[in-house]
Amino acid sequence: MRPIRHIALNVFRESVRDRVPYNLVLFAVLLIGSSYLLAQLTAGQDVKIIKDLGLAATSLFGLFIAVFIGIGLVSKEVERRSIYSLLAKPISRPQFIVGKYAGLVLTLAVNVAVMAAALYAVLAYMTWIESPDFKAAWDAPGVDPALLKAVLLIFVELMLVTAIALFFSTFSTPILSAALTFGLYIAGNFNADLRNFEQVVNAPAAAWLARGLYHVLPDLSAFDIKTQVVHGLPVSSLYLWSTVAYGGAYIAALLLAATVIFSKRDFK
Amino acid sequence: MTRIIAAVTCLALAVALQVGRDRAFPRNDPKTQQVLYVRSPEALKRIALGFDALAADVYWIRAIQHYGGDRLAPRKPHRYESLYPLLDMTTSLDPYFNIAYRFGAIFLSEAYPGGPGRPDQAIALLRKGLAVQPTKWQYYHDIAFVHYWTLRDPVGAADWFRRAAEQPGAPNWLMPVAAAMLTEGSDRTSARFLWQQMLGAEQEWMRRRAQHALQQLDALDQIDRLTAIIANTPKRAGEPYSWQWLAAARGFRGIPVDPSGTPYDLDPVTGQVTASERSLLFPLPKPVEKRK
Repeated sequence: MRPIRHIALNVFRESVRDRVPYNLVLFAVLLIGSSYLLAQLTAGQDVKIIKDLGLAATSLFGLFIAVFIGIGLVSKEVERRSIYSLLAKPISRPQFIVGKYAGLVLTLAVNVAVMAAALYAVLAYMTWIESPDFKAAWDAPGVDPALLKAVLLIFVELMLVTAIALFFSTFSTPILSAALTFGLYIAGNFNADLRNFEQVVNAPAAAWLARGLYHVLPDLSAFDIKTQVVHGLPVSSLYLWSTVAYGGAYIAALLLAATVIFSKRDFK
Repeated sequence: MTRIIAAVTCLALAVALQVGRDRAFPRNDPKTQQVLYVRSPEALKRIALGFDALAADVYWIRAIQHYGGDRLAPRKPHRYESLYPLLDMTTSLDPYFNIAYRFGAIFLSEAYPGGPGRPDQAIALLRKGLAVQPTKWQYYHDIAFVHYWTLRDPVGAADWFRRAAEQPGAPNWLMPVAAAMLTEGSDRTSARFLWQQMLGAEQEWMRRRAQHALQQLDALDQIDRLTAIIANTPKRAGEPYSWQWLAAARGFRGIPVDPSGTPYDLDPVTGQVTASERSLLFPLPKPVEKRK
């Protein structure tokens, strides 16, 4: 466990050195600026839109961090040839992969936590300044604990995207890894369409293939509960935790595959 | 430091050149405000990649800007033509966007020039909302309102008020309203009662809309009174109707104004009193047909 912890902390420190936390400042400016502007543009929907914007920005900023740092986790070490000195130490290859992954997940966790706190702070301020009459028209309370459900699933989705980026990073160049990760992200969001493919095409073989792809590709649309949470609609605990478990299982599969590929790589 | 100053100077020069060029060669850019790049809500939902609620917010802001911009633009051709597509897009991207259905229906049903005067589209939008949330009594209520206030159809309104009353959580005043529509054939008293209920609405815009409608009803009452006064005031043959004539005959001080403070128009030939086109209350609702 110690080598994994050391590698993870190093990845985290490196991301701080790479000025990744700057995106948090951008996020705060975006939210505070929007909260001021939206009140005049949205016919009383500013809190709803701040929630949408906050959750979407958390997801989008995290996606860029996950992809653009994730694709360089392994390939950068190989390019800089620091992998030789690292693997010469008492660190196994699976430990190296898991450590790298844990480090980026830690970076994302800090990022998502700070963004969620900033979102709650802006919402608390908006709730405080609004009249009770105005608040009565909201679908959900301004400072709504249910938002954390959406934040949790965004975080798990980002963990999954990180695992995808890391997986490609073990055998591919950074540019190709980025393209493949974004491709899989897009395909994962269209996944629900694959499930109902037989309704569009009258070919059983194609429908079976689509159904197979639906199960093999990551089902990223399942992690999107932003609309339900913002409108105060119920999201059952069973759905929430089964989706988290699905994400966990998929991440485990990707990390195992990444360690297998990385273990077989010849660095001579 | 020198390099920074040089960079800022170069940027300023570029801006100056751009301004000079635009003045010398005016650009004929198409008006982007009216452009709907994607017209299929389903396609847009897919393009949004999980950010559909945010895309819905963008379309909602565009719908408000489009409505407000066209409402304020005098004599602009094709006014409000993108309003329904924008609202349709908004509600397809976020099917639970309640305000887009309710506010959108009011926008759409508003008579021209205050709105496109499309109660059919207003009802279609609200029916779309009902397909997602079939027990939302507010949507039934709003459809009833469109029937009553815009289509001048108290029977249709009564049916929708009754359906609204049957939904869980509906207020208890809906059923008496439905009954009043059917028995009285609807009149200004019923209309005033309905709008007074809306004064207690949670949304500020709805309360403002109710205040506006109540002022319109007051204006209709004032016009009736003025019409009666004019009919009973003696006039020399050939003399045109005018506020000066009425003021001299009846001792009025100044020209009568509507509740928004705009003077009424008086037709010099027929003596008919109407709300001015400049009034915030224009156009006033047409009278509801009495049931036979």
